[in-house]
Amino acid sequence: MSKTIHINVIENILGANDQLAITNEGLLHQYGTLGLNIMASPGAGKTSFIMKTISLLRDQYRIAVIEGDTSAATIDADKVSSLGLPAVQINTGGDCHLDANMVRNGLDKLHLKDLDLVLVENVGNLVCPAAFKLGTHRNILIASVPEGDDKPYKYPAMYSAVDILILNKIDLLPYIPFNMDYFIDGVRILNPNLITFPVSCLHGTGLEAWNDWVVQEIIQYRRD
Amino acid sequence: MHELAVTESILSIANSQAEKYPGARVNAIHLVLGSLSSLVDDSITFYWEIISHDTPCEGATLVFHRLPAKLICMECLTNYEIEAGIAVCPNCSSVKVKVLSGNEFRVDSIEIIEEEDVENDPH
Repeated sequence: MSKTIHINVIENILGANDQLAITNEGLLHQYGTLGLNIMASPGAGKTSFIMKTISLLRDQYRIAVIEGDTSAATIDADKVSSLGLPAVQINTGGDCHLDANMVRNGLDKLHLKDLDLVLVENVGNLVCPAAFKLGTHRNILIASVPEGDDKPYKYPAMYSAVDILILNKIDLLPYIPFNMDYFIDGVRILNPNLITFPVSCLHGTGLEAWNDWVVQEIIQYRRD
Repeated sequence: MHELAVTESILSIANSQAEKYPGARVNAIHLVLGSLSSLVDDSITFYWEIISHDTPCEGATLVFHRLPAKLICMECLTNYEIEAGIAVCPNCSSVKVKVLSGNEFRVDSIEIIEEEDVENDPH
């Protein structure tokens, strides 16, 4: 004889990750350090954007970077270290995303009490990182003009999951078919109040507005 | 692409439930996935068969319940559903729409088979 038992569970599949993300947020909050999770496809300009952000802010604020990479190549972390800033490389071992546990390991290697801002560079991917909360205060997506104007329609989970959109490489708009209205319509359907900064990291266009926004956020989360 | 990590989480949730019923085996796991959640059923099933081996979940079937995304148009208040991707309001073509649901991503229930007469107690 056997009987079948139905157990109602109703548990978020990534609930364990979400719980750990909350503790990461608590840790950042305790030290008044702003955490930003920077996501994008490969080649959108995450590292260039981080380097530009560092050069804008480093005179006034203390910054560190957590670099997520699928391989052991430390190219990105080396660039940050060469500026004399703390950088932690996280090798995801082939995984396509950072998760809250990996970020916790990175945070534990930093002196958070001496930091105003931690930039987390996620793995280049528009699908997986959207599903894994890290506990950073804000999720930022860097889109870029050469990727095409259809990306919000193809990667709705990512465009829904972010607080800030950076549209990079706008200097290429005259050379590439990119229908800005179509792109923005897709963004507005998924995320109507998304704050968007069109920029060119190459030429520095549009970065003043981004700079002002980050400074406001650092001040808001700082404890002193 | 992150299906392996997702499948590991499903296994962990299911095994922790199954542990409450020693000797029972898990027959099926019902999953609810919204159409905006970007996961591939076949890929999860592929990993499932490998990682559930030698656990109480070995042989259990994953049952996928796909939910369409639900949207409402803020201009004409039309409610509509989409199975994949995103779309403007089908009534007035407005982009001023709000996503009401579609990101679901959860284990809903688990079916466990419990043997009532255990006659072959090895001890």
